[in-house]
Amino acid sequence: MRSDAILNDAARGSSDPRQRRPIPAWVATTALLLPTYGWLTLAVLLPLLTMFVFSFMSATPMGKTPIVFTLKHYRAFIDQPYLINIAWTSLVIGFWTTLLCAVFGFLAAVALARATVGRMRETLLVLLLLPFWTNGLVRVFSWTMVLRENGFLDGVVDMVLPDIGSISFLYTRYAVVLGLVHGYLPYMILTCYIALSTIDDAIIEAAASLGARWWTILLRILLPLAAPGLISGAVLTFVPVIGSFMEPRILGGKVGVTMGTVIEDQFTQAFNWPLGAALSFTLLAVVLAIFATFSGVLRRGTTA
Amino acid sequence: MTEITRRNALKLMSATLIAGAGVSMLPGMAFAAGTITVLNWQGYGTDEAWSIKAFQEATGIEVVHDYYSSEAEMLTKLRTNPGTYDLVVLNAARCAQAMAEDLISPIDYAKVPNISSVAENLRSNENFNKDGVGYAVPWVWGLTAIAMREGLPKADSYAVFGDPAYKGRVGLQDDAVGAIAAAALLTGQDMNNPKDLDLVKETLKGFKSNVKLLWSTEDQWNKSFAAKEFDVAMYWSGGAVRSRRVSKLPVDFVVPKEGGIGWVDGLGIPVGAPNAEGAHAFANWMIDPKFYVEWATKAGAPASANTAAMESLPADDLSRQIHKPEYISSMSIMSALPDDRREAFNNLWQEVKAFYAE
Repeated sequence: MRSDAILNDAARGSSDPRQRRPIPAWVATTALLLPTYGWLTLAVLLPLLTMFVFSFMSATPMGKTPIVFTLKHYRAFIDQPYLINIAWTSLVIGFWTTLLCAVFGFLAAVALARATVGRMRETLLVLLLLPFWTNGLVRVFSWTMVLRENGFLDGVVDMVLPDIGSISFLYTRYAVVLGLVHGYLPYMILTCYIALSTIDDAIIEAAASLGARWWTILLRILLPLAAPGLISGAVLTFVPVIGSFMEPRILGGKVGVTMGTVIEDQFTQAFNWPLGAALSFTLLAVVLAIFATFSGVLRRGTTA
Repeated sequence: MTEITRRNALKLMSATLIAGAGVSMLPGMAFAAGTITVLNWQGYGTDEAWSIKAFQEATGIEVVHDYYSSEAEMLTKLRTNPGTYDLVVLNAARCAQAMAEDLISPIDYAKVPNISSVAENLRSNENFNKDGVGYAVPWVWGLTAIAMREGLPKADSYAVFGDPAYKGRVGLQDDAVGAIAAAALLTGQDMNNPKDLDLVKETLKGFKSNVKLLWSTEDQWNKSFAAKEFDVAMYWSGGAVRSRRVSKLPVDFVVPKEGGIGWVDGLGIPVGAPNAEGAHAFANWMIDPKFYVEWATKAGAPASANTAAMESLPADDLSRQIHKPEYISSMSIMSALPDDRREAFNNLWQEVKAFYAE
């Protein structure tokens, strides 16, 4: 609304002979940025701020318990040392998921960008996006059907190799990582594909004509040039994965205890929103610290 | 020009709704009408389709549902959505909590004639009453104990969860209170206020190599049991009846010598309920022997708080066989927990779960 008014004024100003001075650049910039920042404030900053305030309260601010300011929830990792193990588990799951997504996602994107053309490529892209149209819960539950003892996987294995017995691995960390990789792989493929499709064919032809083998082209040309896509894909995967709770809970069974499930328990079972909020912010701080540590690599990668 | 304000629009919408509902329900109108919103677990008695239909035919009241998947979520919904729900199903322990927070209002027993045959010790339960005023209609009771695969030797103690014979074959409930209650009873403590929490923690940690699954819903229990993921589990008595009757699963329900972990669910009317009149009528319907017998025989149900309803069941009824009257005296009933103890329980269970996950 406000930006419209300012733009109208600006338009009128230029046709009005009495007022020739153009509006200052900062006004136009502010007006144009206002919707974006307004939206960010509403959708990101305010909810985060609310949770941040919650994290200093002694009890959930509903019901009749008196509320006082406290820092005790931020001491959770000291008071309940087992949380450190859980956080470590979450990071390890996040690491493996991101790594597997990066390997398979990058190779799939290379295949898509370099080995297909025209309609074929469009069809494959749509097929990649199809899983996004189904509910994540459905995808995860179908994995339980496949992975459980005497499930689909065991059935197939039994047909091929009847003597091997059950190889069911439902309720293990492998199952959790498998479910997460399945869920987040499309992000990685898309970001890598976008980065790869901007590479000029002439560069690759030049390399090939100079005698470079396919692995040299892959490692020395495609990989560095597509690094921005790979890195943004890794960030897009890693951050939600370490906070995930649905996949660990359903596919992990009793071993599916992660920061995500602990935080979810605080909100839904224990009704301890302040502790849940404090744990979320601690996790956020850890993620930011990890990114800060690797900021050099990240910056070099994204500007290459 | 008339402003279409939000309030006006709402008025208009509700007027249209009521007019529409009134016309469509004219033939069935008896003494009250409208809609009531019930907050309950899914698939737990109040949402039986045949019963809702019969109730609407008898009274003209339409019953709609909203569900919760944990008791904490139920309290959260009551706290955050006042004026939305007319009737809520709450456990005795949570009822005391809701009562203390003024989330539910007193019951007018004159509008619930079936209360006359409800077991007196359930009606006067301290969790349902404050200053001599009743805040909930006791609805059903039951107990959590041990469910075993048919054919296995029947366990006589919660120690079976740690029995090496059942390595990797045990399913515990993912619930801090339930798990701690079993361990407290096993170690001879008051399950509502165990003095030695460390002993409880060590006992639960001792089940580690046996625990295969931490289940959280009945549906999950049934699917996992059917897939033979576990043989011995903590389970609800009512769930055992349903699993046998509906899912045809070979489940034996066993109450060990330590006694069951008892619970009573009541029907409460939230403060600010838009249709309290209709809610009273539905509460009366819910403890009516006619409804109960049909519910218990068609779907399987926990024991009714109404003795007249229990006596109307056929003698060979599974639910009547499982809910033996003597269990009421041997079981401990879950009470409300003060905030600090609840937090201690939750942290203890979180730590045990982290230990299981290692």
